[in-house]
Amino acid sequence: MKKPLEGILVIDFSQYLSGPSASLRLADLGARVIKIEKPETGDLGRGLYFSNVVMNGASSMFHAINRNKQSYAANMKAAEDREKVYQLIRKADVLIHNFRPGVVNKLGIDFETIKSINPEIIYAELSGYGKEGVWKDKPGLDLLLQSLSGLTQLNGNDGAGPIPIGLAVVDILSGAHLAQGILACLYRKETTGEGGRVEVSMLESALEYQFESITCYFRDGGQPTIRPKSNSAHAYLGAPYGVYATKNGAMALAMGSIPFIGGLIGCEALSKYETPESWFNQRDEIKDILAKHLATKDTKSWLAVLEPADIWCAEIMDWKTLMDQDAFKILEMIQEVNMADGYRYKTTRCPIQINGTWLTSEIGSPVLGEHNEKINKELAS
Amino acid sequence: MLPLEGITVLEFAQFMAGPSAGLKMADLGARVIKIERPGSGETGRQIALKNIFIDESSMVFHTANRNKQSYAANLKDPDDLEKVKKLIAQTDVMTHNFRPGVMEKIGLDYDTVAAINPKMVYGVVSGYGPVGPWATKPGQDLLIQSLSGFVNLSGNEADEPTATGLATSDIFTGVHLVQGILAALIARNRSGKGSKVEVSLLESTLDIQFELLTTFLNDDETLPKRAKKGNAHVYLEAPYGIYQTKNGYISIALTPLDALAKAMNLQLPEAFQNPKVWYEKRDDIMAFLQEQLIKETSAHWLSIFEALDFRVSEVFDYKTLLNHEGYKILQMDQEVETSDGISMKTTRCPIRIDGNRIFNKKSAPKVGEDNALIEKEFNLS
Repeated sequence: MKKPLEGILVIDFSQYLSGPSASLRLADLGARVIKIEKPETGDLGRGLYFSNVVMNGASSMFHAINRNKQSYAANMKAAEDREKVYQLIRKADVLIHNFRPGVVNKLGIDFETIKSINPEIIYAELSGYGKEGVWKDKPGLDLLLQSLSGLTQLNGNDGAGPIPIGLAVVDILSGAHLAQGILACLYRKETTGEGGRVEVSMLESALEYQFESITCYFRDGGQPTIRPKSNSAHAYLGAPYGVYATKNGAMALAMGSIPFIGGLIGCEALSKYETPESWFNQRDEIKDILAKHLATKDTKSWLAVLEPADIWCAEIMDWKTLMDQDAFKILEMIQEVNMADGYRYKTTRCPIQINGTWLTSEIGSPVLGEHNEKINKELAS
Repeated sequence: MLPLEGITVLEFAQFMAGPSAGLKMADLGARVIKIERPGSGETGRQIALKNIFIDESSMVFHTANRNKQSYAANLKDPDDLEKVKKLIAQTDVMTHNFRPGVMEKIGLDYDTVAAINPKMVYGVVSGYGPVGPWATKPGQDLLIQSLSGFVNLSGNEADEPTATGLATSDIFTGVHLVQGILAALIARNRSGKGSKVEVSLLESTLDIQFELLTTFLNDDETLPKRAKKGNAHVYLEAPYGIYQTKNGYISIALTPLDALAKAMNLQLPEAFQNPKVWYEKRDDIMAFLQEQLIKETSAHWLSIFEALDFRVSEVFDYKTLLNHEGYKILQMDQEVETSDGISMKTTRCPIRIDGNRIFNKKSAPKVGEDNALIEKEFNLS
């Protein structure tokens, strides 16, 4: 299948996760992505190890984010290298960076300079906190953005202190927003010939992520966020919404009428909570009753009565359990990719399916400067 | 000019994933028309946080459906269906999240739609993908977080599985849907043909765990553990986490432990000196740091750490954040207004295009609010 972005060239100066996750998606969709990396060190994400796992000389994180890309090592402070990169930029459709403010000027890739080299380019930049104001020079790391943006107040139980989300959700979301903006501008570029500028900050992405609860805060006159006392899965939703321990594991219970659920699971004490208002206002006591009751039997026996009644519930699974399910296997969500030296590794594929086909590629991540020779030849021809 | 000006989207999708995709396309310049059941409209109108309603629809509905129009049509009524088909013939994109088989029954499955309008980009959101043993299970955010392994990443080791306290699966699925649709629109410019774009909550929720899954798959499938206290990431070494101070909390992201200890005037015990043990001994290390950090205020520690450009942050709630000048300079919120003049404060699109923030005053429509206009404009009757 021809992928939708075939023929699109992306020059990517970004490092770590946020920017590179945007260019990964563009690569998944068929674009050619060339990472411009500093000689010797390269993308600093190469050395950011997860639990000391080293894969062919680089971190698992780097391999997950940078598959299906090319690497061109260039010292942007040296005139000769810079000129070559400018030649690439002249041919490119998109440029991405996630440097802190001011750095692009030193590297000669600020918006004005790039625009003068290639007026039709889409110039995409990702910052931590935007480019103005008191926070603009703060380091834009995921956990810091989760901490600052109120996100840590939403997870876990009341009294537990701040609970961050255990993965780099703000990095990934801001990268996804950057990809959305780039794609929208690519559409416009192909329709009108016009270039564009796309700016995303991790802070604004983290705020939009919370659009429901922030809008709620504005609407309710600025009430503090109060999480349920136990079994919390949402600070602003009523019972039963939450995760509950069972006799042999845990299960999630999303929405549904409390007396109806009480009837299904044989819990008489729930019958008195008749109104939807009470499911929110008295959620702590309802959850307490539910938790005690659900702890008395196995997950499977509860699902057997709740699922046929179309109550939204699920077993809590770890990755191993999930990957043993036929429903997981049929998705073929895991793909194996190859590096140029023959090293193979497993990773996930793009989650988007087009015309019934998964977007996959067997190309793994590049070693630093792997494509210099090839790209130099292309530039010379 | 906003990048998607001229594009019209028909949104059959309900709840959060599909409508959040429609919202992003509306913000980027598309015209989005919700196709709703006459009378009650989309089911999401009745799903409320904290029981808050704006008019006859919930605040959450207004948050995800601002800047859209509504066309009420009974898809089971042949006359209404005929009109909807006429709309389909004249528009660019449609989205739905019906369970497999429903659109076939109605007669608006992809093949039928492509016969009416070969240029249509047809977006589908499902819970678990279009086929397989889970295809007909209800796909809801908390359930997907629960069975995808995601709930095992947040919270501390002894906590129950902890979901993110907001609709993370829905939101990312919506984001991925937009990415796929925009790529398909770009491809359409060249081929003249539309496409079918499919995403599922399960695949999107696996995608956001891609770095961690890649680590797991290449680490002999060893299941990771959450940190004992202050957990912020299952795979990152100490000090990465949340710490209590004398008067609040701070988060410490990627910061070398030896440098941190030095800044705190601490002698690092022999057992913690080798960086190779910073992951495996993180519980002990984090407890050691916590013992010290609680002795002074957040401001005390931040003044020391920030002077050294360490990656640290205060932990804010909404009140502190939304009244901070670092937030205000973003102009991240906006007032929107219903056709009845009821106004509501909410967030704006996080993507800036051509240097401009994107604002739009229009709140969500009433069911069928735009029927007369649309019937006339598209010549439906």
